Amino acid sequence: MKIKYPKAGKFGEFGGRYIPETLVPAVEELEEAYLKFKNDKDFKNELDYYLREYAGRPTPLYFAKNLTEKIGGAKIYLKREDLLHGGAHKINNTLGQALLAKKMKKKRIIAETGAGQHGVATAMACAALGLPSEIYMGYKDTQRQKLNVFRMNLLGSSVHPVMEGTQTLKNAINEAIRDWITNVKTTYYLLGSAVGPHPYPVMVRDFQSVIGNEIKSQMKEIEKKIPDAVIACVGGGSNAIGTFYPLLDEDTEMFGIEAGGEGIETDHHSATLNAGSKGVLHGMLTYLLQDREGQILDTHSIAAGLDYPGVGPEHSYLKDNKRVKYDSVSDQNAIDAFLTLAKYEGIIPALESSHAVAYAIKIARKFSKSNSIVITLSGRGDKDVEVVENYLNQNVKNKK
Amino acid sequence: MSKIKNKFLELKSKKQKALIAYVVAGYPNENGTLSAIRGLVKGGADIIELGLPFSDPLADGPVIQNASYIALQKGINLSKFLSLVKKIRKETDLPLVLMTYTNLLYKQGYDKFISLARKAGINGFILPDMAIEEAGEYLKAIRKNKADSIFLISPNTSPKRIKKIVSVSSGFLYLVSVFGTTGKKEKIQQYTIDAIKNTKKLVDGKIPIGVGFGISNPKQAKFFIKKGADAIIIGSAFLRLIEKLPQKDIETKIAQFTRSLKAVTISQ
Repeated sequence: MKIKYPKAGKFGEFGGRYIPETLVPAVEELEEAYLKFKNDKDFKNELDYYLREYAGRPTPLYFAKNLTEKIGGAKIYLKREDLLHGGAHKINNTLGQALLAKKMKKKRIIAETGAGQHGVATAMACAALGLPSEIYMGYKDTQRQKLNVFRMNLLGSSVHPVMEGTQTLKNAINEAIRDWITNVKTTYYLLGSAVGPHPYPVMVRDFQSVIGNEIKSQMKEIEKKIPDAVIACVGGGSNAIGTFYPLLDEDTEMFGIEAGGEGIETDHHSATLNAGSKGVLHGMLTYLLQDREGQILDTHSIAAGLDYPGVGPEHSYLKDNKRVKYDSVSDQNAIDAFLTLAKYEGIIPALESSHAVAYAIKIARKFSKSNSIVITLSGRGDKDVEVVENYLNQNVKNKK
Repeated sequence: MSKIKNKFLELKSKKQKALIAYVVAGYPNENGTLSAIRGLVKGGADIIELGLPFSDPLADGPVIQNASYIALQKGINLSKFLSLVKKIRKETDLPLVLMTYTNLLYKQGYDKFISLARKAGINGFILPDMAIEEAGEYLKAIRKNKADSIFLISPNTSPKRIKKIVSVSSGFLYLVSVFGTTGKKEKIQQYTIDAIKNTKKLVDGKIPIGVGFGISNPKQAKFFIKKGADAIIIGSAFLRLIEKLPQKDIETKIAQFTRSLKAVTISQ
């Protein structure tokens, strides 16, 4: 089940490189550099240094005692990626890739962002390493997340609003790819999730695997065993694959939770693995939300970070092999979990991570008290309080 | 013999180069596309490329993005596209090339899609996001349906890779002239001139070389022909023109512009 390095970029039939010819030399150069540096002692030491001293690793594995007692089933642990610098797991990947870009002597970094978390993490890593960065962001997202746009500017990045199509994450990726095609010689594209053409999915997974590796060793220390289950939210799927991959060969149940939005029977969700079909987008073969003809559909989630019509190819592979169970959680259930965790544990989770929390609340009782479940809390929810407030006010109005 | 190959042989005997014109099917609407194609035929285009719009055209610049978006909004889909092709086939015998993105073929199944398009009258296919490493099933379907597979190369494609691409290409080889997306207006770059020269040497007459992306007027077209292009491919410039025209003027104005482009492909 564990594919250490995908041959020809393929996880089973998924992944690969469906890209314009201009980008072929660029991804080949990237792969070569990645293979050279990923086991290089100095590179690893430098990355470890930044992860530890700058980003704040390792993150705690916190026993959520109150939540565990309230639900009454398995012991629930939280992997606190929300405590990282920048407030999300994204920095694990941006530090790794920005360092690689520097080794490759690239002069300019571009990235896409949806809600702004990856944009902020890119801006931070680039500022720390002294690299100029430019961020593409759908115009609609720049309006929804004005504060994050300002944060990126403060961190020295320029933000380009994308006017194409639905003006969200999907379009931001399109535009970043177009920029990359145009400036291929000088520019490094710092992709934010485990998606895109090979080697991005495997590289992002490797940089995020620090999450699962820490879970493994921390659980061995605390509980003297590996976790019985791990749960993570899945948009593109980088925090989830980073959680799952180091545990794939273990006897751990795995749950990847997608955004069920207003219900996967409606048109308003982003549950790609639960409701999608196979197709080709953004350089990879994977599950997609698309119509009968192959046109990509608009997606919805209360959590902007999950609002994407594709998913990392390794997740598609793990779904078809049934190693991971992929399920979905609705906007409403995610909001409820957000409120529950805030109230009982004093932790405000990102709405993305709230999907994983909601699923844990749902299944914890099916486990015995001697079992342990780990939820990857991929980010903190300060960015979401306004969205939640509006959602709650709207519901009060609707009930009146 | 393939219609496209035939066309190049015919032009060679007349000492002409090819003018390949691209329009987006369903833009500004179905009738508008038909008028544009009538204009292209009248003006003397040699090969017509028809774009089947995709929701996420990542190799395209703003002009084709916008045209694709509008065409999709107005309801273009595969069955409407195929009936449009059939209508065009009744009016012209010119080679027709379908340009779209891989997902639309993958979703139907390569063989089913290509066979449907062939039956409607399409002769060749261009997929800007199809790399040769992923093209196994696609090429099988191309051969089975006796279609041409037109691949793209770029100024940064290595000589070794160009040879590999040529070995699976038929019809013509599409040389992307600039680093960028379609319709990028730029001064002529030395690297483009070098790319034409090097590709010509490598290809050694095995397949015609079409140069496209960012060519927008007869002067540029003439220059690239002088540098060795066997065909000039123009797309965004036609769409920019269509954008400005009332429906009734599309045919005549497109014919006029086409004539000015075709003129430079005929050696004096």
